[in-house]
This record gives sequence, C-alpha cells and structure tokens, in this order.
Amino acid sequence: MDVLDLSRWQFGITTVYHFLFVPLTIGLSLIVAGMQTAWYRTENPAYLRMTRFWGKLFLINFAMGVVTGIVQEFQFGMNWSAYSRFVGDVFGAPLAMEGLIAFFMESTFLGLWIFGWDKLPRKIHLATIWLASIGTAVSAYFILAANSWMQHPVGYRLNPVSGRAELTDIWAVLTNSTTLATFPHVIFGAFVTAGAFVAGVSAWQLARKRDVALFRTSGRVAMVVSLVAAVGVALSGHWQAQIMTEQQPMKMAAAEALWEDETSAGFSLFAIGDVENGRNSVNLQVPNGLSLLATNSLDGEVEGINDVQARYQAQYGPGDYRPVIGLAYWSFRLMIGFGALAGLLALAGLWLTRRGRLPESRWFTRIAVLGIALPFLANSLGWIFTEMGRQPWTVFGIMRTAAAVSPGADVAEVALTLVGFTLVYAVLAAVEVRLLLKFIRMGPDPESAPAEPIPALSY
Amino acid sequence: MELTTVWFALIAVLWTGYFVLEGFDFGVGVLLPFVARDESDRRLVVASIGPVWDGNEVWLLVAGGATFAAFPEWYATLFSGFYLPLFLILLALIARGIALEYRNKSDSTRGWDRTFFWGSLAPAFLWGVAFANIVQGVPLDAAHEFTGSLFTLLNPYALLGGAATLTLFTFHGAVFLALRTQGELRATAIRLGRQIGLLALLIGGAFLLLTQLDKGKPLTWPIAAIAAAGIAGALIALGRDRDGWAFAANALAIVAITATLFANLWPNVMPALDPANSLTVDNASSTPYTLTVMTWVAAIFTPVVLLYQGWTYWVFRKRLTLD
Ligand code: HDD
Ligand code: HEM
Ligand code: HEM
Repeated sequence: MDVLDLSRWQFGITTVYHFLFVPLTIGLSLIVAGMQTAWYRTENPAYLRMTRFWGKLFLINFAMGVVTGIVQEFQFGMNWSAYSRFVGDVFGAPLAMEGLIAFFMESTFLGLWIFGWDKLPRKIHLATIWLASIGTAVSAYFILAANSWMQHPVGYRLNPVSGRAELTDIWAVLTNSTTLATFPHVIFGAFVTAGAFVAGVSAWQLARKRDVALFRTSGRVAMVVSLVAAVGVALSGHWQAQIMTEQQPMKMAAAEALWEDETSAGFSLFAIGDVENGRNSVNLQVPNGLSLLATNSLDGEVEGINDVQARYQAQYGPGDYRPVIGLAYWSFRLMIGFGALAGLLALAGLWLTRRGRLPESRWFTRIAVLGIALPFLANSLGWIFTEMGRQPWTVFGIMRTAAAVSPGADVAEVALTLVGFTLVYAVLAAVEVRLLLKFIRMGPDPESAPAEPIPALSY
Repeated sequence: MELTTVWFALIAVLWTGYFVLEGFDFGVGVLLPFVARDESDRRLVVASIGPVWDGNEVWLLVAGGATFAAFPEWYATLFSGFYLPLFLILLALIARGIALEYRNKSDSTRGWDRTFFWGSLAPAFLWGVAFANIVQGVPLDAAHEFTGSLFTLLNPYALLGGAATLTLFTFHGAVFLALRTQGELRATAIRLGRQIGLLALLIGGAFLLLTQLDKGKPLTWPIAAIAAAGIAGALIALGRDRDGWAFAANALAIVAITATLFANLWPNVMPALDPANSLTVDNASSTPYTLTVMTWVAAIFTPVVLLYQGWTYWVFRKRLTLD
C-alpha cells in the first residue's frame, strides 16, 4: 500500500467511526431535552428519572463523539496537505464557523447541564440542554456545507496563477443545493438512530419487567420519533437522489449499476455486475422505479455508466471516472434497506404496544435489540456511498484524490498512525459498550431519589 | 491594519486562550497523583475542571479551524510537517477526554487516573516543543513542505520549550487548585505550586531568554519581562494566600509568553531555515474576501462565546468541598 491508500483507509476508518457517535448525539440530545421539558411542565418525577437515565447514556456517547472529532479537525492538514492548500480558502471557512459557532455552544452548555442541576434555576437548566442540542445540529450544518462543497463546488473561482480554489460567495457555499438536501437527510437519519436506540433499550428493560411505565413511555415515544424520521429520511433521500443525478450522474449510475443511458429506467433490487464488459449478468428490477426516483417521472432519462465515462473522458481527459461500482451499488441499496427496516420495526413496535399492551414474546425483545444496529449500518453505508461514489474525485470535477494527499508523508508514518488510531478506537469501543451496558443494567435511579438528586460531588 | 495582520493576531489570541484555559486543565492532570491522598480527594480534583475542560479544549479546535480558513498554507505545512508529535498529542487528548468523562462512571478509577495523568503531561510538553520549533524555524522546501524528520523537531532548544510549557502549565494547575479547593488539599496544592513555580520561573525564564537573544525584537523584550514578572508575582501571591491574584498573575504570564512567541514570529507564520521558503502572513493567507467574511463572523460570535464561557466560570466560582 502506498501513502495514498493508507491515508484513504485512515480517513475512512476514523470518519466512519466518528459518525457512529454523531447521529446518536444529535438525536438523543433532542429526546433528552424533550423529556426534561416534560418534567419541567408537569413536575412529574417519572420524567425526571427518564431524563437522567437517558441523559447518562447520552453523555457516555457524547464523550466518544468529542474525542474522535478532535482527530477529524487536524486530519486534513496531516494527511491531505495538498488538498488543504488547494481548498483552504473555501473549505476552511465553514470549518472555522463550526468551531466558533457550534462547538463552543455544545461543549459549554453541556458542561453547564451536567454540573448545573443544583446550581441553576430549573428553567435555565432546561435551556442549557436545548442549547447544547441545537449546537449539535448547527455543527452538522456547517460540516455538511463543507462536505457538500466537495460534492458540488459552488461560489468559488480557480485562480489561474496559484492554481487554487478561491471563495467568491460564502452565501452560495452555505446555501448549496447539495447542503440543503443533505442536512435534513442526515438529521432525520440521526433521529431514526436515536429512536431505534431508545426503543431497543426500552424493549430489553420491559422484557425484564423493570420500571414498566417508564420504559413503555420511553419506548413508544422513541418509536414515534423513529417512524416519523424514517419517512423524513426517505423523502429527503429522494430529493438528494434527484440532485445527485444532475450533479454527479456517475454516482447515480453506479448506485444503480445502470450501464447505458435509459428512459423508463427500472430500480434495481439485485444485480450481479460484469465490470469488465460494462454490463450486468443478472438484474432484478422494479419497472420505471429509477426514473421515478431520479427525475420524478416514469419515463425520465437516466444516464448510464458507459455513457458518462465517455463524456467525462472528453471533458476531463483520459482516465477511469468510475467509482467501485459494486460498492456504490450495494452501499446505496443497503442504506435504504436497513433504514426501511428500522422504520418498519418502529411501526410494528407501536402496533404491538398499542393501548397498554406489552408483547410477551422474547422474539420481540430480540428483534428490537438487534434493531439498534440497523440505523448505524444505514448511516455508515450512506457515507461510504456518498464518499466512495465521488471517487476518483476529492472535490468533484476539480481535484482528484490522488492529487490531494500530503506529498511529504512517508509510508511508515502513515501506517503507524493508521494502526495507532485503529487500535485505540477498538479499545475505546469496547470500553464504551461495556459502560453503556453497565448503566443500562443498573436502570434508572430509584424512585425514592429526591427531585434534585445531585449532591455537590456526585458527578 | 491589514486583514492578514488582524488574523495573525486573532490566531495568537486563540492559542493564548487555549494555553491559559487548558493550561490549568493539563496542570490539574499532571498534579493529580501528587496532590490527592485518597479517592475523595481525587474526585474533587477532577471535578474542579469537570464543567469547563471541554469548552476549554474548543479553543484549540477553533485555533485549528481559523488557521485553516485564514492561513491554509500554514495549516497544511504545520500539521503535515509535525505529523508524529501531533499524532501523539491527538492520542493523548483522546485518552484524556475519555478518562475525564468515564472515571466517575467506572468502578475502578486507577487506570483512568493514570490515563488522565499521561494524557495531560504529553500535550503540556509537546505544545511547547511544537511552538519552539515554529519560532526557531524548520526546514521547508519551495512548496512549503516540511523536509525534516521527527529528530529535527526534537532539538535541545525545542525540548527546553517543552519543559517550559510543562512546568508553567503544571504551576498554573497548582494555582488553579489552590483557588478552587480548601483545607488540606489547598495546602498541598500551594506547597507543590511553590516548588513547581520556581522551576517554571527558571526553565521558562531560560527559554524566554534564549528566544529573545536569538529572535527577540525591541518590542518583545518588555513583554518577555512581564512574563517573568507574572510567574514571580504568582509565586509571591501564592505564598501570601492571595490565590486569586496568583491565578491572575500566572494567567498574565502565559498571555505574555504566547504574545512574545507570536510577536517574534511576525510577519512569518512558519519561518524556514532558508528564508526564501518561509511562510509569511502574506504568502500563507486566504484571499481578502475570505478574510473579510471570517472577520465578520469572528466579530459577531466571539463576544457571544466570551460572554457565555465567562458566565460558566461565574456559575462554578465557589470553592469545592466534600459533603
Ligand atoms: C452530521 C454531523 C457531523 C459530521 C458529518 C461530522 N461531525 Fe464532528 N461532530 C458532530 C457532527 C458531525 C457533533 C454532533 O456536533 C459532535 C458529535 C458528538 C459531539 O460531541 O459533537 C461532533 C464532534 C466533533 C468535534 C469535537 C467538538 C467538541 O469538542 O465539542 C470535532 C473537532 C469535530 N466533530 C470535527 C469534525 C470534522 C472535521 C468532520 C469532518 C470530517 C466531522 N466532525 C464530521
Ligand atoms: C462523518 C461522515 C463522513 C463519513 C462517514 C465519510 C466517509 C469517508 C470515506 C469512507 C472516505 C474514503 C473514501 C475513499 O477513500 O474512497 C472519505 C474520504 C474523504 N472525505 Fe469523507 N466522510 C464523512 C464526512 C466528511 C466530511 C464532513 C468531509 C469534509 C468536511 C469529508 C471529507 C473527505 C475527504 C477530504 C476525504 C479524503 C479524500 C478521499 O478519499 O476522497 N468527509 N470519507
Ligand atoms: C428511502 C430511503 C433513502 C434514500 C432514497 C436515500 C438516498 C440517499 C442518497 C441519494 C444519498 C447520497 C447523496 C449524495 O451523495 O449526494 C444518501 C446519503 C446518505 N444517507 Fe440515505 N437514503 C435513504 C435512507 C437512509 C437512511 C434510513 C439513513 C440512516 C438512518 C441514511 C443515511 C445516509 C447518510 C448518513 C448519507 C451520507 C450523507 C449524505 O450525503 O447525506 N439514508 N442517501
């Protein structure tokens, strides 16, 4: 492996890892804020216990999001210095805004929330969790604006002298059509994730008949969140697909293993590709499905891989402009599939627990617990699709990945950091999961706990 | 003033904020095994920075982001050039953050305390090494890529810089603990603080003197003198039970040291051994448009951030006790 491959693996591993914690943070912060609001409104101590139980799990996850995020902030400079020099003028701006506007807000108000239970008036304490939660969403917006610029560069010009990209319109970057579609998709995805997590943990507790009222409420609220968000994810995903067809036709074609331009294209469910000959040997389709998804019309034209490849060669010069087709195809399908399953699971759960019912079946518990994994898989696959589907470009149409890597980096160094981060992350994952399990087993604080149960030093 | 100068100054301010604030976090971590006798002491020591450490660390993230936006070439050269030290710093910050957040949720805290100690010590030392190298100058080629190795960075002057920040931050932590605790714990913090403060004065003073002799400008001599006076003042105040004054004086010392380094640097951002290849505020910067946009963003949001971070310190201003 050369420096380029190692750097790509490192970026992929550390980023996908960071994004395991991110959606749970975004979604769970809102759910916890909602529970605390219910407590504030009703003064019902059950809501306080709920807030504190889920809040603890939220904090365990948040810590991981923070420490893995630090690595992200510096990786562009470390492993992608050529990229940083090339795009810093444009790309650095949203990144700096994210830090100044969002990270300060999240971290400061969360510190106040954790330690402020007995120091702040109830209303102000409630405001701190809301501000922290809003901070996470604001942070997502800026980083997605940065990422969307790599998918679809706008508001810049190429300086003919320095050969660099230069910002000409910050507003265009912040309101990039790609950002506007990606942001709701990612946020809804985060709610699906947090919903499935809370529902799965609640089902496990219900099977043990622990705190039935508390977990029944938590679980049902979470399933409603998941279900609504799953619909949101599908709608926003549809919007994204249309934008992608227009902006990155190769990605859409690869996602569908569609080799030739087609009108009335079908949505492929299962295909075995033959990359060598540029065709599929097996392809099971929903008739007209792709045309509908991509163009909103049953007989819209969708471009195929071979045609786009020919067009790009004419436009950008000789080269292979195809991403790894099999990967794009399957990651796209599985993202949708796992996400849809998460939505169906929430629907089934709501049905089974309607009007005070509690399902006795152990299968229900098992499936709900396993279901926690579904949105995490969908999120990871979504990013793998988005980022790998953009290859060979780092910035679509203007900078190739091969040109982005640090020229001075040496193989041994990058190999060392790749192995180092991967090992440390693996250990951390084990620690985090053990800690989550410990607190899940412990369950909520006992009911007799006072309403303001935090002594000066119980943090 | 030119926008590039404004941004150079702003980035200096961000690093200063980071060193003043996270400086005492690091110091608290380094001191943990020495000031605390038992588990309840240790809990209290860790709790003294509990509400604020994450917000303090964001100063670093914003310094990084602002450098990326305002001086992309500086960001690229610095972090790709100082690759391995930065890797170590990142590992330390990861381990330390997790230790801080998980120690009180775990049954056994010993391992976490050790992680917290090393995770605080390593960056407290390595940031000094990094900044000493930046001020001294490093081998860069015409494309501004770093051409040295790890051993280029571990030269005696840089190691002295590391020792200076390590002792200074540890002293800062001791003064902070004196300010935030009471009773025996506070007494121990003061006793240790007076020893480490003396070391900080010696090592930090030597480092500043060498820096001034080599790179000093007329303007920076008085600032460097303020730095030394600040440490000395903190030592004196600590001996007279004036914890608040001690903390202010040492914070001033850290501000002055960072200012000395950055002022010596200007108009370079990363001087090269061959001056023709140096990165300067002009050849490393973004376009005037980007700088203008970022100036507006900074002008609007920095005061807001300062307000609510300041408020946090106000909320948690009382001395901690066990009860
Ligand atoms: C869609 C959302 C999203 C995406 C795509 C990313 N992040 Fe992230 N990041 C968050 C959403 C987020 C968050 C929700 O705001 C986090 C997660 C947990 C947390 O503490 O905040 C966070 C934390 C976090 C932190 C720590 C902040 C702190 O100390 O409070 C940093 C420095 C970064 N991220 C940087 C990055 C970079 C450079 C990314 C790109 C490669 C990135 N993140 C992708
Ligand atoms: C958190 C969500 C994200 C995930 C899971 C993700 C995933 C990935 C993956 C898997 C790769 C490797 C692709 C390959 O090498 O073929 C990659 C590359 C990359 N991504 Fe992302 N990404 C995410 C967000 C971002 C964001 C927000 C940015 C920019 C702000 C970004 C910038 C890059 C860069 C610079 C590369 C390296 C060049 C490349 O290989 O294309 N990514 N990402
Ligand atoms: C009907 C269902 C869905 C459709 C049609 C859909 C569509 C899409 C499309 C087209 C993209 C790529 C955008 C681009 O590269 O420009 C994408 C990315 C992504 N998807 Fe989905 N998606 C669906 C379900 C889900 C679900 C359920 C999740 C997670 C719970 C999810 C998470 C993501 C993520 C994290 C990304 C990467 C970030 C981004 O580009 O927005 N998706 N999706």
